[in-house]
Amino acid sequence: MKTDFRSAGLTASEYSAIRELLQREPNFAELRILGVMWSEHCSYKSTRRLLSLFPKDGEQVVQGPGENAGIVDAGDGWGIAFKVESHNHPSAVAPYQGAATGVGGIIRDILAMGARPAALMDGLCLGLKTSSRAAALADGIVKGIAGYGNAVGVPTIGGKTLYSECYNGNPLVNAMCLGTVKLDNIVSSRTALPGHLAVLIGSRTGRDGIAGAAFASSELSDDTRSSRPQVQIGDPFVEKLLIECCLEIHSKGLIVAMQDMGAAGITSSSSEIAAKSGTGIRIEADLVPLREKMEPWEIALSESQERMLLIAEPEHLDEIGSIAAKWQLECAAIGEVTDDGLFVMTSGGSTVVSLPAEMVGGGCPPVLWPSKRPSSETTLPDGGTGPLDSSVIRETLAAILRDPGISDKSAIYKQYDYMVQTGTVVPPGRSVSVFRVRQNGRLIGVTMEADPWKCSIDPFKGAAETFLKALRPLWLSGAAHLGMTNCLNYPSPENPENFWVLEESVKGLAAVAGDLSCPVVSGNVSLYNENPEGKIMPTPMVGVVGLFEKNLLPLEDQSASGREDIFLAGDLPGTLEGSLFARLTGNGVHEGRISYDPAKESSFMSRALETARGDLATCARPIAGGGLLTALSRICISSNMGLTLLLEPPEITPGLLFGEWGPRAVYLVPEGSLNGFLETWDGFPVKKIGFTGDSSLSIGDREILPVKKMQKCWRGE
Amino acid sequence: MNTSVIVFPGSNCDLDVVHAISSALGTQADLVWHDDNELPQGTELVVLPGGFSYGDYLRCGAMAAKSPIIRAVIEHAGSGLPVLGICNGFQVLTETGLLPGALLANRTLSFICDFCHVRVERNDTPFTSLYRKGQVLRIPIAHYEGMYFLPGDELAKIETANRIVFRYCSPEGEVDDSFSPNGALNCIAGITNEAGNVLGMMPHPERASESILGSVDGLPLWQSLSRWLEGRNRS
Repeated sequence: MKTDFRSAGLTASEYSAIRELLQREPNFAELRILGVMWSEHCSYKSTRRLLSLFPKDGEQVVQGPGENAGIVDAGDGWGIAFKVESHNHPSAVAPYQGAATGVGGIIRDILAMGARPAALMDGLCLGLKTSSRAAALADGIVKGIAGYGNAVGVPTIGGKTLYSECYNGNPLVNAMCLGTVKLDNIVSSRTALPGHLAVLIGSRTGRDGIAGAAFASSELSDDTRSSRPQVQIGDPFVEKLLIECCLEIHSKGLIVAMQDMGAAGITSSSSEIAAKSGTGIRIEADLVPLREKMEPWEIALSESQERMLLIAEPEHLDEIGSIAAKWQLECAAIGEVTDDGLFVMTSGGSTVVSLPAEMVGGGCPPVLWPSKRPSSETTLPDGGTGPLDSSVIRETLAAILRDPGISDKSAIYKQYDYMVQTGTVVPPGRSVSVFRVRQNGRLIGVTMEADPWKCSIDPFKGAAETFLKALRPLWLSGAAHLGMTNCLNYPSPENPENFWVLEESVKGLAAVAGDLSCPVVSGNVSLYNENPEGKIMPTPMVGVVGLFEKNLLPLEDQSASGREDIFLAGDLPGTLEGSLFARLTGNGVHEGRISYDPAKESSFMSRALETARGDLATCARPIAGGGLLTALSRICISSNMGLTLLLEPPEITPGLLFGEWGPRAVYLVPEGSLNGFLETWDGFPVKKIGFTGDSSLSIGDREILPVKKMQKCWRGE
Repeated sequence: MNTSVIVFPGSNCDLDVVHAISSALGTQADLVWHDDNELPQGTELVVLPGGFSYGDYLRCGAMAAKSPIIRAVIEHAGSGLPVLGICNGFQVLTETGLLPGALLANRTLSFICDFCHVRVERNDTPFTSLYRKGQVLRIPIAHYEGMYFLPGDELAKIETANRIVFRYCSPEGEVDDSFSPNGALNCIAGITNEAGNVLGMMPHPERASESILGSVDGLPLWQSLSRWLEGRNRS
């Protein structure tokens, strides 16, 4: 059978590279396999060079990038395995199944490390609620996450949800999973030896999701329906059995190496294990349990869900088989690790694929796309930064609280079982989600952030600010960061301006990772996020994991009780560029004041941690989207209590009330802690700006909004 | 307290129950596989935990109710020893016939995970002796099918027989349909069998058994069971 290399998804230069490496023409099956494995999704060919910029070392890092997930040390011999992964393209076509299988896939990545999946987070960038198509996609995505996560018994403890028109036809679904693993019991994918068996456990293989990875590596076409066969179908019940089964096999010490079968199924999992272990692998297609009759190349590339590839010693096969039978799962030895460095597939006694494993599992030549700084398009007016009168403040604040990115998300997260596994200490809807590691009692803080508007204005500083927005709430709550994972969601890298933005964003993230010692331990890239209606904004989604000191509870972020002083730690005015205020009012968009100041961030970090650990405040909240008044409103709304700001008229500017960017936070400080608090923040801008009490938010003697009204706006009533 | 927690394929609150009992009472609970024919010797309490047994396929709890271990559970209940079904475990108990009624889809037609309030209607059961009658518990629910349903005449019968143990209520203890998260008939959150030793409840006491999780209102349930069993052993 002959096929055109282009229809397999390869470029002319890739095709000639393949012929040169092989010293022959690849056959049909080999071409299909290389087309998928050399796709952007599997090979990271456009970004490999960029990703190498990420600092990835630290004394707390147990496993950096390159495995199924990164692992950081959480104390007492336990580690946290975590990673975020995108499922954007499938979710745009089939939102329920796309999101559901995104959750399933990331859970298996964590499982592949030998870790028990303990928590999920979701980064969702959704289209505007006014678009009926976007609303239907959003509903399907949330229901898909709920349907899968709830049944599989892993709590969804938080995430990030934002809305913009650019996601109307191309929503982003970034699923993050965290698991707990004993540090002396981590499973690797690079420890296979010749003679070991390749054992497939889980669902039967069918014709679903064939070449889904290649589908995720091109723009979405108008006719998304024609892409349906490339979307996989998930079964959370089987996934739950798979988790328990693999963990039971692992607890008996029977796993040499493990890899989940995600994109490109058997091909990627087996060739990657062989490539990383420096071995070869031979798969016999006839031994794969099938749902339907399939061609060998289809078996090789099927993305049927809920399957794991285990590498095991032959004498353990029977015991593995009986554990799988207990969990009612298919289990088959489908091949063998070899010493010839080749990825071989046989069928009916003859060889159908024979390629160097290294070439399949990591051999795609990198692509160097041209990069060009976009011409500056800032023609928007200055101004709008003078003092505001109360009625404008009132209307603006009400509009911000009603904004879908700020308003109450409980309609989403109450559909998720966020409590199963009885470890959720701080539930969704807060600035930090916190769960307890059952095995050692330690508390882990997790945040997820994206701010595409700021990345659109300045991709370096915007990406840095995104990362910092994920770090600051951890510090304020008392958690020291351990590591970061990220999902880089961007449009086509083939456009030089798009690629420049991607490059700058990666540099921005890398700068923060290095300057504040928060290494990048895992991640994922999703390019080609565009459709006929346009492209998405640059959207790096950042997830950070932090650790609380023993016996320290997280500092509250939304509770006020009785009269306490309100302090603002950080510069008085924030910056309006790329802020929600600027988007809603069109004012003050060009100030040229954005900065990234790592020394200041570091100083803020140590003081915030000291404040939380010294119990010097009753509540701390970062000033982020919507600025100071929004942060304060969230405290009023949750605690049903008003507050008064003591500000002089010249201070009452949009920059102070609604500005964003930089290390700024509000603190509620009880009288007894005043001295300690001020001592801690000595040398950093800090100012008493008001006090809590009463039933309205007021500035001086002017009432802005009653708490009841704020609650109604925020809840969309 | 010798506890057997039954594990069906798809159970996902089994380890949570074991953890709650261990932290509440300091005793270990055994996990018992659905495919076994017997309960471990000396089992005093049987718990059917929450989760999605058999993926909730066919009908919640329907396939689990046909598991080999269920015959032993029914015998255990017949001997007067306590059986507790939580959430999916409650659904299994109705499917086995140990408890009447059925759990239908929530009236919101969505999964609901949240803290809710329930009022203790009876404190003369092995499960509730350490609660006050009328006490309001803050306790989580997490289900899609939690709307308790029973045909009218049968509902009247269990009401007359005083078999309702928990009802959804306001934080102040007022029972009204508007405080029921799922639309359950008569705000029913938990019921017993006629003898009072089989309890099915939608709320999760194991999720309200440690202060760090936001509520300890589920603790007295484990303590009541332990005390009841001690008393039974002495007599």
